[in-house]
Amino acid sequence: MANIKVDGQLVEVPDYYTLMQAAEAAGAEIPRFCYHERLSVAGNCRMCLVEVKGGPPKPQASCAMSVKDLRPGPNGEPPEMFTNTPMVKKAREGVMEFLLINHPLDCPICDQGGECDLQDQAMAYGVDKNRFAENKRAVEDKYIGPLVKTSMNRCIHCTRCVRFTTEVAGISEMGLLGRGEDAEITTYLEKALTSELQGNVIDLCPVGALTSKPYAFNARPWELTKTESIDVMDAVGSNIRVDSRGREVMRILPRINEAINEEWISDKTRFVWDGLKSQRLDRPYVRRNGKLGATTWDDAFIAVAKAMKRPGARIGAIAGDLASVEEMFALNKLLASLGSGNVDARPAGSVLSAASGRASYLFNPTIAGIEQADAILLIGTNPRKEASLINARIRKVWRATGLPIGLIGENAELTYNVQHLGNGSDTLNDLVAGKGSFAELWAKAKKPLVIVGEGAASADVLASAAKLATGNAEIAEGWSGFAVLHNAAARVGALDIGFVPAKTGADTAAMLSGAVDVLFLLGADEFDLSQLGDTVVVYIGTHGDNAAHRADIILPAATYTEKSATYVNTEGRVQMTTRAVFPPGDAKEDWAIIRALSAVVGAPLPFNSLSQLRAAIYAEFPHLARIDSIAFGKTADITKLAKGKIKGGSTQFVSPISEFYLTNPIARASAVMGECAATAAGLRQAAE
Amino acid sequence: MLADKDRIFTNLYGRHDWTLAGARERGAWVGTKEFIDSGRDWITNEVKASGLRGRGGAGFPTALKWTFMPKVNDGRPHYLLVNADESEPGTCKDREILRHDPHHLVEGCLLAARAMDAHLAFIYVRGEFIRERQNLERAVEEAYEARLIGKDNIHGWDLDIIVHHGAGAYICGEETALMESLEGKKGQPRLKPPFPAGMGVYGNPTTVNNVESIAVVPEILRRSGAWFASIGRANNTGTKLMCVSGHVNNPATFEEAMGESFKDIIEKHCGGVRGGWDNLLAVIPGGASVPCVPGEKIQNAIVDFDGLREVGSSMGTAAIIVMDKSTDIIKAIWRLSAFYKHESCGQCTPCREGTGWMMRVMERMVEGRAQKREIDMLFEVTKQIEGHTICALGDAAAWPIQGLIRNFRHVIEERIDQYTYSSTSDGAVPSIAAE
Repeated sequence: MANIKVDGQLVEVPDYYTLMQAAEAAGAEIPRFCYHERLSVAGNCRMCLVEVKGGPPKPQASCAMSVKDLRPGPNGEPPEMFTNTPMVKKAREGVMEFLLINHPLDCPICDQGGECDLQDQAMAYGVDKNRFAENKRAVEDKYIGPLVKTSMNRCIHCTRCVRFTTEVAGISEMGLLGRGEDAEITTYLEKALTSELQGNVIDLCPVGALTSKPYAFNARPWELTKTESIDVMDAVGSNIRVDSRGREVMRILPRINEAINEEWISDKTRFVWDGLKSQRLDRPYVRRNGKLGATTWDDAFIAVAKAMKRPGARIGAIAGDLASVEEMFALNKLLASLGSGNVDARPAGSVLSAASGRASYLFNPTIAGIEQADAILLIGTNPRKEASLINARIRKVWRATGLPIGLIGENAELTYNVQHLGNGSDTLNDLVAGKGSFAELWAKAKKPLVIVGEGAASADVLASAAKLATGNAEIAEGWSGFAVLHNAAARVGALDIGFVPAKTGADTAAMLSGAVDVLFLLGADEFDLSQLGDTVVVYIGTHGDNAAHRADIILPAATYTEKSATYVNTEGRVQMTTRAVFPPGDAKEDWAIIRALSAVVGAPLPFNSLSQLRAAIYAEFPHLARIDSIAFGKTADITKLAKGKIKGGSTQFVSPISEFYLTNPIARASAVMGECAATAAGLRQAAE
Repeated sequence: MLADKDRIFTNLYGRHDWTLAGARERGAWVGTKEFIDSGRDWITNEVKASGLRGRGGAGFPTALKWTFMPKVNDGRPHYLLVNADESEPGTCKDREILRHDPHHLVEGCLLAARAMDAHLAFIYVRGEFIRERQNLERAVEEAYEARLIGKDNIHGWDLDIIVHHGAGAYICGEETALMESLEGKKGQPRLKPPFPAGMGVYGNPTTVNNVESIAVVPEILRRSGAWFASIGRANNTGTKLMCVSGHVNNPATFEEAMGESFKDIIEKHCGGVRGGWDNLLAVIPGGASVPCVPGEKIQNAIVDFDGLREVGSSMGTAAIIVMDKSTDIIKAIWRLSAFYKHESCGQCTPCREGTGWMMRVMERMVEGRAQKREIDMLFEVTKQIEGHTICALGDAAAWPIQGLIRNFRHVIEERIDQYTYSSTSDGAVPSIAAE
């Protein structure tokens, strides 16, 4: 700890603190452009200059100088810094003037207007007159992909975007070319960025040089209603803010949550919003004479009831990737009350189940816990596609410690160095047996982390992974290194509430091959429906996607931005979305559809409101009531899992996600995601 | 005036053999083993006693800089980095050492490396210096062949020397940009702290010295620090390579004692000012980056660090640019502004934006197409750049203009008046309108 006087006020801070942090600790505000707490220090904007006593006699960049760089006074007085002296004021005004001389005065047509750091700080620290009589610099705009729009005249060369893409996103595709006032930020050959985190540069850009292309000229920040919510594009559960105007979602931004997404979100999360407006199911439909026709809710319900009430009808339900806990709970209860245990929310063949304990299907070490790992093994997963932010965390710890990372499964460019050990279960078995050089590295790890992809999670693989996670001689106290990486927001919630077949019930594979007569698909679009035969399919969902084409009755429902719903992320963290806009047309919230249907089929569910429904859920599953927290699984479950026999057999692990941008009905309805997929596939070149 | 026996660079004009054989004849590599054996502290103390101040421009005491290196090796290698990226306009002293007396530098590297516990020295040579680099590389090879340097050499102190060729950017002469460039990155200055002595090349303790500072070390040790300190004034000791260019009868690079008067130096080495001393307009006494001094003020000034500070300028690299009354002083300074605008690395705001602004205002002032109030504005802009940047290039760009405004404000005002007089009633100036 070190003492420092900030504007005369003595504060005690750790000696590695920068002057800027010390000033913040003392409550003094320091303006900045290039400094960002999650990126390396560049010190190039010079906006954060402060005056120091005990250091050089000129203004110092407070973001780059640390408290220990200052010397105490001759009699041991603590060093001093000042943030409000005439020297500092003059320095700030000077820098602000320099930044503005070549910055265009196009705030009225700039999308950053209203949330622009330069605008705000010019108001606070600038001067109101202009002495610059020369021509302003003109810079050509660059093409850097379908998501980020550039307006390079506005660039102030803070290099936040360059540092983000190289450090966090792990691509060296942006840089500062040229010298002096001809320096330009570019992707070198004007190629599209290949990162799935590139949208974050829009938030990072302190001016309007990098803005959102899909959102361009659509809205002003002050006319938007901001709703804090949760993302469902993957099982990470990123915290987001949904900005809406009237009935439309206009854009999606990240919220800071250190435990999950820090302050980044993936491009799918950020840019999927146009998919919320197209291909929507806004009326109930019933198939008659082979053709789907729009109808009324009553008519649709009667059609469902008729199908269900046929004597001996076997009823089943499959929940899709975006289903929330509430609707799955309601549907589960409805089927149970009709005597059916045919429910499932897992892909065909999955063995994950609450029966082996909650720890057996959670990302036990937690996302933030990845940073403590000292060796990582990825089994049958491509985290870059399945959970981009978990991939970014792995890169973060890799950059910090250079830990060994092994990969068994399809080889892929993950933005950090991995040792590709092999493609399938043979390699995994070898590793469990301690063969190979990676096994030696692994045996030394005190905090080994095994990440099993959902797609590879067979009984054998889970047992092997549990062995690897627990088998080392020295495992740090309290460390739990067994992690299952889910790729759907609904999955953990479904497993938590037991949305899996009862003892005699049919599972996904059975139901899809015609084991039931009436099949409810709760937003389930990722399944192969071709073997259903003459099963009556009732689709409760939002988009005219795969399942809607096969459905006999369509009940239009609400997306995650249109309902308050509970999701459990891959770590087991319970989170709740908030309604930002209303569902379109006649569409209703899913749980309400199921409740209404239950009355029509004569088995009314015992709740009439969302709060009553939640009370019922919480009574049965108390951990779901603890929003934003994790009910950790028992380590004993993993130990037990590790004792499981490995049957053997040779399988190749394949990541279930082949196309990052098109994993769910909302994304498939999004024109922006379609363009991203085409760009990533190399089908589209620079527009210019 | 410097006696011939006190000259350090005896082959400055390349009239003798520059190779190892020739250098040995002139006294190089004599007693080197003894100095090495005397140890780190002895070398540092002797250089401290000599009062040697860095010859690259800032004039920081060389021995003091060496003592910033860690006393106890913490396991990281120490490096000596010789800055041979001589790009300051007007300066042409290091190149004479590189091509005509390279063994002074190679021997100096060994001794300086001993003084800072370094076993590896880098010499970063300016991109445009092709012949200079060839001679230097040859000299290094010769030293290796004669086992003067390298592993298990006859001096008992292992030293490898790597000669690195720059790509020709002025900013790479700034010590931290030099290190970035050496590491293969873009030549942009680093933030200080951490200082190079703590975290330099590849994160290891590094001392960056000018070619001349290192090249004089062997002679200082051979003839003792006291000898070097006896030349010149207190705090401004020793001999110095000076390069005089511009309107003198015989422009030249020469070695001279510090503390001589400007007039004597020009008379002795350059045959006086073109057209006589009354024709002297101004002098830039230390390379492009220092303020100019009006002719009447400089004539009797003492040419050393303190003497030139007294006349409001600085010694810099001792590259003396002399301008007689035929010079358009505004245009001359504008040219320097254009240089700094072109060489700014673009990293930090005041320099990136300010150098272009200053140059454009200067451009108008050359014609007189400006307002008199803009002179004060320009001065203020230079003050807004000076001291606010990551490296000293911002200061270097600001000082010439400050010197111009301080000393030749009347010239700028006359130019503006002239422009205004020749304008017609609708504001157009015939000569401009015709263009």
